[in-house]
This record gives sequence, C-alpha cells and structure tokens, in this order.
Amino acid sequence: MFEKLFYYFQFEFVIYALVVGVLIALCSSLFGVTLVLRRLSFIGDGLSHVAFLGVAAAAVMNMTDNMLVVLPVTILCAVLVLCAGQNSKIKGDASMAVLSVGALAIGYLILNIFSPSANVSADVCGTLFGSVSILTLKKYEVFLCAAVAAVVVLLFVMFYNRIFSVTFDEDFARATGIHAGVYNVVMAVIIAVIIVLGMKLVGSLLITALVVFPALSAMRLFSSYRTVTVFSAVFSVVCAVLGIIAALLTGAPVGSAVVAADIIGFAVCVFAGAIVKRV
Amino acid sequence: MAQIICENLTLGYDGKTILKGLNLEIQKGQYLCITGDNGSGKTTFMKTLLGLVAPVSGRIWASDGLESVQIGYLPQQTQIQRDFPASVYEIVLSGCLNKTRGLFYSKQLRQRAFDNMKKVGIEDLAMKSYRHLSGGQQQRVLLARALCAADKMLLLDEPVSGLDPAAAQDMYSIIQSLNRDGMTVIMITHDMSAVRQYATHILHIGSDVFFGSKSEYLAKYSL
Repeated sequence: MFEKLFYYFQFEFVIYALVVGVLIALCSSLFGVTLVLRRLSFIGDGLSHVAFLGVAAAAVMNMTDNMLVVLPVTILCAVLVLCAGQNSKIKGDASMAVLSVGALAIGYLILNIFSPSANVSADVCGTLFGSVSILTLKKYEVFLCAAVAAVVVLLFVMFYNRIFSVTFDEDFARATGIHAGVYNVVMAVIIAVIIVLGMKLVGSLLITALVVFPALSAMRLFSSYRTVTVFSAVFSVVCAVLGIIAALLTGAPVGSAVVAADIIGFAVCVFAGAIVKRV
Repeated sequence: MAQIICENLTLGYDGKTILKGLNLEIQKGQYLCITGDNGSGKTTFMKTLLGLVAPVSGRIWASDGLESVQIGYLPQQTQIQRDFPASVYEIVLSGCLNKTRGLFYSKQLRQRAFDNMKKVGIEDLAMKSYRHLSGGQQQRVLLARALCAADKMLLLDEPVSGLDPAAAQDMYSIIQSLNRDGMTVIMITHDMSAVRQYATHILHIGSDVFFGSKSEYLAKYSL
C-alpha cells in the first residue's frame, strides 16, 4: 500500500491536489465555526448552487475562465443573504432554500437547453461532486489557490476578535459602536470565495460538509472559541489529507472520500465527547 | 446636563408604529426604569436609543459628550448564545472591543476585563465555558461584558429575568453600586418592588405613557 502511495507522490498532480485540498479545508473550517454558530450552516449549500448556476452560465457562453462569472455572482448572493437576511420578509432558512433550489434548477435548465457540450450529465456531475477537477489542476491554479488561502487566513487572524464579537452578539457589537455591517460584508465576501474554491475540491453538493463537520466535531470536544477554532482547522486538514489519500488508493472520487473522512472523524469526536463527559 | 434627549419620537419596526410622540430627557447619573406590558415597545425603545432600530419619526440627541463607544448594553439572551462555545473570559473581553483601535487587546484592556469580572464576582469562572453556567452566572457574564464597554451609561433589558430571588438581589445591588459611582442606568423591568427601591425616574409605556420622577409616578398612580 505504501509503495503504491510513494509511487503516486512522484506525480506533480497528486502533490497539487493535496496542497489545494489542505488549503481549502483549512479556510472553510475557519469560517465554518462562525457559520454554524450563526445558524447559517446551509449557506454553503445555497451559495454553491448559485456558483453552479454561474458555472452553467459560463459554459453556455463558451467562456474559458468561468471564475469571471462565478465569483462575482456568488459574492453578490452571499452579501445579500448574510447582510439583508435578518431583516427580509422571507426569513433565513426559507430564503436560503429558495436561492439554493432555484439556482440549481435554472443552472441545470440552461445547461440542457443551450449547452454546446455533448455530454451534459458528465459536466453536471463533475460540477456537483467535484469528481476529477482537483486532479487536473494547473500550476497557476495551485498558486492562485495558495494566494487566496493566505489572504483568507490572514484576514481571519486580523479580525479574529471582531468576528467573535459579531458572531456571539451582533446587537451588542453594533450598540457599543462596532461597525458590524462592515464585518458582515467582509465575511460574506470571504465565505463566497471559499465556497467557489471549495467547489474544485468536493463540488457544490458536498461543500456544506467542509463547512459543517469540522466545527461540529470541535464543539463536541472543546468549549472555548479559540480551542474550537484551532481544533476544527486541524480536524479539517487531517480529514482532507486522509480523504485524498484514500481516494488515490481506491480510485474513489476525491470529494466524496474527503466528506466520508469528515463523517468518520465526526463520529470519533461524538464518541470521545461522550466519554469525556462521563469521566 | 442631559445625556439623551428624545424629541417627538415615534417608535416602531417593520413599518408598524407602536408608540407615538415621546418626549423625554435622561440626565447623567439617573436610574431610569422602563415598565409596561409585554409587547408595549420597551425593548424597541431601548433598541432605538442604541441605534439598532431606526425611529419612525422624531429625533434622538446624544449630548454631554456621550458616544456609542461609552455605552454598555445587556441584551436579553438569544437562543444562539445559550450553547455558544466560548469561555467566560473571551466573552467579557469582547466587551472591550470598542475601546481598541488595534486588532488585538492590550494588556490594559485585559486588566479591565478581569477587573469587571471581579466586580460581578465571576473571576473564578474565567476559564469555564459559558454554556455550562447557570442562568444567573450567564447573566453576570453579560453584565461584566456590558461594564467593559460602558464608561457613562448602562442599558439593561430585563437583567433579572430567569434568575432566582437571591441572584436577582445580587444583580440589583451590583447595578445600584455602579449607579452610585456615577453610571447612568436605564433598565427594563417587570419587577415593581425593584422600581420602588432603586429607580430615580420611571418611563411607563402602555395605553397611557408616563415619564417623570419616581415620586411623581407614585403620587399619580397612588401606589
């Protein structure tokens, strides 16, 4: 088994996949804690479907680099949901459901009607489950991903205290003179970027797993915000590495393998949490 | 000198008006209790003062050098907070956020957080998790956080709801000693005995609106 692994590691694309996988897992877990605590777990799902619509639109327009369409559209929706969500007539989860299902349906519709590609279902499957794209990364994509990840982690560390304050009690933060609105917009933009990146790894259907599982697992074991954040980052990175290696060894799709690793890790944390409580 | 002046204020949210034509002045060092039935607009009034809800019409003036970074606020607990994974120290310290321009807390602010934990008697809970505390302890944590943010004024939204009588009494005496030290206190409460004991002024919101000193209130309603 190890021989096979060493053999694989001689290939550049395997290293690329690991690097990108780890970076995306790290970024998504950092902001996952905030999203889970603000009851926005499904934002990943909703936004990734919006991103899917963007991918579909770009494909129909025959654009070579679909990021130009996907990123702005996703960021716009993230800002709308996170910042206007609390005051809108359609409340949180319902507006998310409308956005999510609507974007998915329209995306699939225009792909089927207008697509220049002969194999629509393979395209759709790839976008939804991220099956092969992570193994076909180009060098500049890896560097781009690394740069974005560095910016995301830096912003997270810089605004750590403010993110905590706004997450724990937005009203208190605003009442005492913190510009919560600004941080909400910044967070929305970052989350949209993470989700668009994450689609490369696990695809749009499974991105919620990257956001939710590390945070939930950490909350089972730890009880301060700092330890929860650190552990969820470690958890996410470890699961991503194990998932990608498992996928390489068995030939399983990378995205589903990473999520399966997350689920197993979550089960271990639930079990360990129950034991810790008992002692 | 008045710290807050409300001029012909009309309150409401989501386009609904709940209170019309409110005029009042809040002076430095006052202990104002806001009473009234559920749904009468007490919390909306407090949120309007804090700038969380826009007034339907009318104006609110802050004067005497009062700024939002000098106000402490103890909101009603939300469902999200009850199982929030954070240590007591982390939450209290977050109240100091409006005192820093930088990205991280200075030694001075960490000391301020610690001093305020001491003031409300939770210094030995500092590393405990908020979600494992009793209701009374959680309320004290939020009070310590409010104190970190407050220099001149403290707004409290039903600070003793859900507390047992002993914990409520503790809470009241902490607030009273703060008020004696010169902090303006604005408190929403249903507890008439506390109003009688501590308030200097009363705002009653309901079918008829009353604002004035406690003695005027007691005389008018012959309590």
